[in-house]
Amino acid sequence: MTLTELATRLELTVFTPGVPLDRQVGGGYTSDLLSDVIGHARKDDVWVTIQVHPNIVAVAVLKELAAIVLAGGRLPAAETLAQAEREKVPVLGSGLGTFELAGRLYGMGVRGG
Amino acid sequence: MELRRLRADLHIHTCLSPCGELEMSPRALVAAARAAGLDLIAVTDHNTTENAAAVAGAAVGTGLAVLPGIELTTVEEVHLLGLFDAGADLTPFQAEVFRRLPDVPSKRKFIKDQVLADAEDYVTGFSPRCLFGATELAVREAVDLVHAYGGLAIASHIDREAFSLVSQLGFIPPGLGLEAVEISPLADAATAREAFCVPAGLPIVRFSDAHKPAEIGAASTELLVAAPSLEEIRKALANRDGRKVLRP
Repeated sequence: MTLTELATRLELTVFTPGVPLDRQVGGGYTSDLLSDVIGHARKDDVWVTIQVHPNIVAVAVLKELAAIVLAGGRLPAAETLAQAEREKVPVLGSGLGTFELAGRLYGMGVRGG
Repeated sequence: MELRRLRADLHIHTCLSPCGELEMSPRALVAAARAAGLDLIAVTDHNTTENAAAVAGAAVGTGLAVLPGIELTTVEEVHLLGLFDAGADLTPFQAEVFRRLPDVPSKRKFIKDQVLADAEDYVTGFSPRCLFGATELAVREAVDLVHAYGGLAIASHIDREAFSLVSQLGFIPPGLGLEAVEISPLADAATAREAFCVPAGLPIVRFSDAHKPAEIGAASTELLVAAPSLEEIRKALANRDGRKVLRP
């Protein structure tokens, strides 16, 4: 499944229009502790979080994540978006809470490690 | 001006912090700090400066210097120390912090009493707020707010697995403008600098984060300064005018 398909089916907001969504989703990870994401997320995961600090982009680059999905209607900081566009990291968003969002992703076949 | 070595523990909670023991009353806290051989302390309750003046009052005439401070919880759940000048009017600062702290009433069943006290150890009230909660301030906003009131911003216990800049944000964000980072009593500065990639220009300090009297001074930082004042600490952290951090 590509990010485009995922974003369409979950009606996600696309915060980074300049970043392509053709990447394949390999799995999923949910955490708001960035140290934990660095330790445990896998390459090509979509990462569901409520953190919006610019460091989320650096973590996504470091771990080669497919995308960041901001849950609970959180809006990314302007600096976060600028960095995401620069680093080509897709940042998506949903009004759904983390639990609901992770459940729907699982229902679509996205799996954790 | 003659420089001298001062032992500073600039991260101490009082009975106002939801996790602070009732025994951390202003007079008991001052007595324990003196017994521990400290020259300088800071009062850093969670999201509040309200007991700082009482501790300063309790220390008058003892030779112990007391600075008002706070341990802010940012929206990312990062703990950040703000240290201020002894004469600073923190009323507007505190009002801004409370404006950004969600108004969740504290439930005494689950957390300890948040005791407001005066310099004679009389209970003057209880904070009705959930002081341990996170403010809506992003870490950068929190640093800027501390700076706006002339304070020093120090990231708390960066070696801890929760509520630290590193646990919450993975690494120390560049360009935050911190004056220092703190490590907990169990950590050592050389190891921490390497493990957490602390930039060369950013000093490391070690304080106790005491919640009970026996913990006061469990970690402290020796400073070479002319006086126990905020401006002298600022110089020591910046390694300016001969002032320096001698031993974290």
